[in-house]
Amino acid sequence: MSKKLGWKELPFGDSIKAGTAEQFETGDWRSLKPIWYADRCIHCMRCWINCPDSSIEVKDGKMTGIDLKHCKGCGICAFECPVKKPGKAITMEAER
Amino acid sequence: MSKKILEIRWHGRGGQGAKTAALLFGDAALSSGKNIQAFPEYGPERMGAPVASFNRLSDDPITLHCSITNPKIVVVLDPTLMGKVDVIAGLPEDGSIIVNTKETPATVRANLKLKGAKVYTIDASGISKEAIGRDIPNTPMLGALVKVSGFLDFTQMLKDTEVKLSKKFKGKPEIINGNIEAIKKAYAEVAGE
Amino acid sequence: MAIIARTGNEAMAEAMRQINPDVVAAYPITPATEVVMIFASFVADGLVSTEYIPVESEHSAMSACVGASAAGGRVMTATSSQGLALMYEILPIASALRLPIIISEVNRALSGPINIHCDHSDTMAARDFGWIQIFSEDAQEAYDNVLQCLKIAEKVKLPAMATTDGFIISHCMSKIETLEDDEVKKFVGEYSPTLPLLDIKEPKTFGLLDLQDYYFEHKMPVVEAMKEAKKVILEVGKEFGEKYGREYGFFEKYRLDDAEVAIVALGSTAGTAKVVVDDLRDKGVKAGLLKLRVFRPFPAEELAEVLAPLKAVAIMDRSDSYNTQGGPLYTEIRSALFDLAKKPKLINYIYGLGGRDIGLEEINSIYTDLASAEKLAAVNYLGVRE
Repeated sequence: MSKKLGWKELPFGDSIKAGTAEQFETGDWRSLKPIWYADRCIHCMRCWINCPDSSIEVKDGKMTGIDLKHCKGCGICAFECPVKKPGKAITMEAER
Repeated sequence: MSKKILEIRWHGRGGQGAKTAALLFGDAALSSGKNIQAFPEYGPERMGAPVASFNRLSDDPITLHCSITNPKIVVVLDPTLMGKVDVIAGLPEDGSIIVNTKETPATVRANLKLKGAKVYTIDASGISKEAIGRDIPNTPMLGALVKVSGFLDFTQMLKDTEVKLSKKFKGKPEIINGNIEAIKKAYAEVAGE
Repeated sequence: MAIIARTGNEAMAEAMRQINPDVVAAYPITPATEVVMIFASFVADGLVSTEYIPVESEHSAMSACVGASAAGGRVMTATSSQGLALMYEILPIASALRLPIIISEVNRALSGPINIHCDHSDTMAARDFGWIQIFSEDAQEAYDNVLQCLKIAEKVKLPAMATTDGFIISHCMSKIETLEDDEVKKFVGEYSPTLPLLDIKEPKTFGLLDLQDYYFEHKMPVVEAMKEAKKVILEVGKEFGEKYGREYGFFEKYRLDDAEVAIVALGSTAGTAKVVVDDLRDKGVKAGLLKLRVFRPFPAEELAEVLAPLKAVAIMDRSDSYNTQGGPLYTEIRSALFDLAKKPKLINYIYGLGGRDIGLEEINSIYTDLASAEKLAAVNYLGVRE
């Protein structure tokens, strides 16, 4: 853990630079892990839209993977995935 | 206390212009270089209900912020209030009451059972109907009040009122002239005993 | 400079027009309704370039003010009583975010019972939210205080409310002296926000979640800013005096320097008390008055210094704190005098709740009481029927 700041060292007025959530690795919270099957994925972006932690990695309009440092394992991506055959492009597995 | 301040109470009915009259009179006094206050009886206004408004006028700055309980002058815009509202409450021996009515001062005094103080009457409603075509007694009553109080220069007051009316009633000279005539007439005709 | 007749509400609306804030978000409430109404007409008539947001409640009004101020705008509103109470939840957020929002506050009793008239219970209940609070005796001071509050608030980066007494001042037309629009523009200057949220080159998060580890630290800057406000209030009051002839401090001393007995009061009551003091002086009574202007930050040392030599002082509270120990002004002044070796006898009068008139006789009776202050109870309820 880093040293906590004193009040004189704090940034002004109950504000902080944006985007600091990235430094908070919520991947530690996960008990279920999403598994992505690239060959089944149709790149519809439903998982990307619905992911509450912005953990779906995308490049050039295509899904490229899942950021497991921040994914909390909520399973919304797997639930929303519309692919039926041969199975969902994202499924949840227990962490071990 | 505070003998150098002239305190006035206006009685009227909600919507009749008692507050406006106090504001107009205060404004006119301000134009003559006086320190002024003008305020309504605090609270919700209800059309037709008896209402009161007040003025304080002085050559010196006024710091009093309490209600007025012993006005030197009482102005009654609506004669039907007498008997329903205690219009002479707190009126001192050397005070004056001005009533908009066709009656004589002696009759009003008798009706009010008033001893002491001076009673003035003026048919402000009649004057208003004749000069403006409507029963708006508050402007002629201003003329009567200037006469009775002796507090303001009448010519100056007329000039200021004309300027103010000209701003409000641009392009309606009949209203401006009517009001000025009404004020002059009331100033000339107010009678007291 | 213009000499005009204005009510307290009109005077505050006029100050707001001359300031021409970026945003006014408001919800009208008696007796402050006219401030909002008049300002809305300024917007409609194109006399200001303000974005006027008519919201659905005072809670929303203050929330919109916080948003607009965080975005970087110069922001004002007006309210009263229950309206201020509905803002309470958002008030400490404004101070924690260090947003210099201004409220033209018209003091009015809090319900219940339902009442629309003047007392200070609404403003006093907002005393611990990190807002600067400045009271006005009359319409002139209401006008001057709105202008000064803006400048003070923007310098120390705290929100501020300029208050005036409901109906007694808000609806009383009197003579005031206003500044020219250009003078006001120069006096308040251009507003440059410290960390505007709309600065897209430096994106930031506002309104952090601070738990046990940081919340406490984040409150300290507000404490420091309040200390700073004491200096700035005096500087701005002095500058106002030098430029426009009406100097302001934490309080006004009225015939106090050689006084033996005195009253301390806030707002319009102080004006009425001046007349009583003059009358008593004519009769040879060494009576004085201290009109407190600034309640937050509380000028404790300065008050202790001027009150120390007196024999007896009546503190007049137009609200009760229901702590069984007296009103808020009394308890704070009592605390301010605690460390003095020699201090006056202090008596508290709770008075004028719900707009009960306070006249010359009542104030005179307090000065009479002070002659035998030792015999009095510490806390007295003036003129209440038993």
